[in-house]
Amino acid sequence: MVKTIKYCVISFGALLLLWQILVTVADISPALFPPPTKVVAAFGELLKHGLKGSSSDVALMGHIGISMARFLTGYILAVVTAILAGLILGCLPRAFAYVNPVIQLIRPIAPVAWMPFIVLWFGIGDVPAVVIIFIAGFFPVLLSTVAAVQNVDVTYRKVAQNFGLSKMETVRKIIFPAAFTQIIHSLRLALGTSWIFLVSGEMVGAQSGLGFLVMDAKNCMRPDALLAVMITIGIIGFLLDTCIRLLEGVVKCI
Amino acid sequence: MYIEVKEVEVQYTEKKEQVDVLKNISLTIEQGEFICLLGPSGCGKSTLLGAMAGFLTPTKGTVYIKGKPVERPCAEYVTIFQNYGLLPWRTVEKNVELGLERMIKSREDRARIAMKYIDLVGLSGSEKKHPGQLSGGMQQRVAIARALAVEPEILFMDEPFGALDAITRMKLQDDLLNICHETKKTVIFVTHDIDEATFLADRIVVMSADPGEIKNIVNISMPKNRDRTSSNFLRARDKIFDIFHMKKPDTVEYYI
Repeated sequence: MVKTIKYCVISFGALLLLWQILVTVADISPALFPPPTKVVAAFGELLKHGLKGSSSDVALMGHIGISMARFLTGYILAVVTAILAGLILGCLPRAFAYVNPVIQLIRPIAPVAWMPFIVLWFGIGDVPAVVIIFIAGFFPVLLSTVAAVQNVDVTYRKVAQNFGLSKMETVRKIIFPAAFTQIIHSLRLALGTSWIFLVSGEMVGAQSGLGFLVMDAKNCMRPDALLAVMITIGIIGFLLDTCIRLLEGVVKCI
Repeated sequence: MYIEVKEVEVQYTEKKEQVDVLKNISLTIEQGEFICLLGPSGCGKSTLLGAMAGFLTPTKGTVYIKGKPVERPCAEYVTIFQNYGLLPWRTVEKNVELGLERMIKSREDRARIAMKYIDLVGLSGSEKKHPGQLSGGMQQRVAIARALAVEPEILFMDEPFGALDAITRMKLQDDLLNICHETKKTVIFVTHDIDEATFLADRIVVMSADPGEIKNIVNISMPKNRDRTSSNFLRARDKIFDIFHMKKPDTVEYYI
């Protein structure tokens, strides 16, 4: 833990230093690529009262809160439905064989491509971002749940059969826990992907959130604020990943 | 007749070619017997066990237990596997309780029964541990306790000690014999180890491969507390070696 923190501090410190040196030595115009000092200042401005000239008067924390709420709604919905569907499809290999081609067809389409439809069906506001996150998180969890269920040791199934467990009991007591270590790995992957697509989801139509801030900083022609928002997105993604990694560690210990 | 295997055949088709796994197997087993199915790998001994336990349906023929044809596995005949089949996320105690959860609703009763059998297999003190913290031999003891806890009449054991080292294996063989004697179980035990079969069995069903057939059935008429170094034991073991044509012709020259 202490070591991880050491690596983080040194890594980020070196990045900042390199950045500052590059900007100073190459004499890059702040309009093209602002130095860290300006970004920090913009960060302070965002934290205090939001961007000057912005269409929203919410400070950074407010936008983070809104984004997190959308993110968690979409992500949790995706995870729950994907695990349930995965358990069902994993137990019915025949059905999965028919459904799989369609999944494979839809999966490689970037969630944002659905945006026009989503706006048509759900309007603008919170829902489009939630739907985008849902699509981004759903497929990785679904496919890995199906694979995990199909990989469950045959002996476990035989034991369940032998002791006369019903189908539901087998899923609840044997298959789900046996598959869970593999599933949690996909939860982590899905968390990363979903977080990436949150920003795209909020860049269209939304009037709040981190994705909106990206567009807002662009519209206000504030590269320093843009970078500050980008870094915020990165930090939150990093923290989310750390959380789920710790959770993964706890689960693996059981 | 307690268990009757009647003209059982198991076939499967591979690349349009029919493979006989088991061919014309007939066998009767009496209650309380300890039967070893012995043979090289690929002789279908595990398949035969699976058919008796209800995990697979024979292509032809039927297995009857107490006069009723076996159609699916049930808790009256429990199978113990080589890789234990313990649930790693449950403690020893909860693993043993798995089969009881359907039958006994009261938690206290379940815990009491589980403890009784954990004790019987000599694992008291480890009930709160997870299987990952136990050695292979101890894990197989947990699996035995889990099987016994539902009070089955028959134990099917599929090379249960195959993954254990020789010394642990012998200790478990001793304990298994004692436990089965105490609880009066009928045991069908699959193994490829001649010593193991000779030590455990009342009767050894010797099988041969391609196709899987019963080659011979050997009665081992020795008392229950067997001694692996006694001349009786060695003679019985000799007989099995002979069936497998594994005895060297006597070419030793004696100098006196």
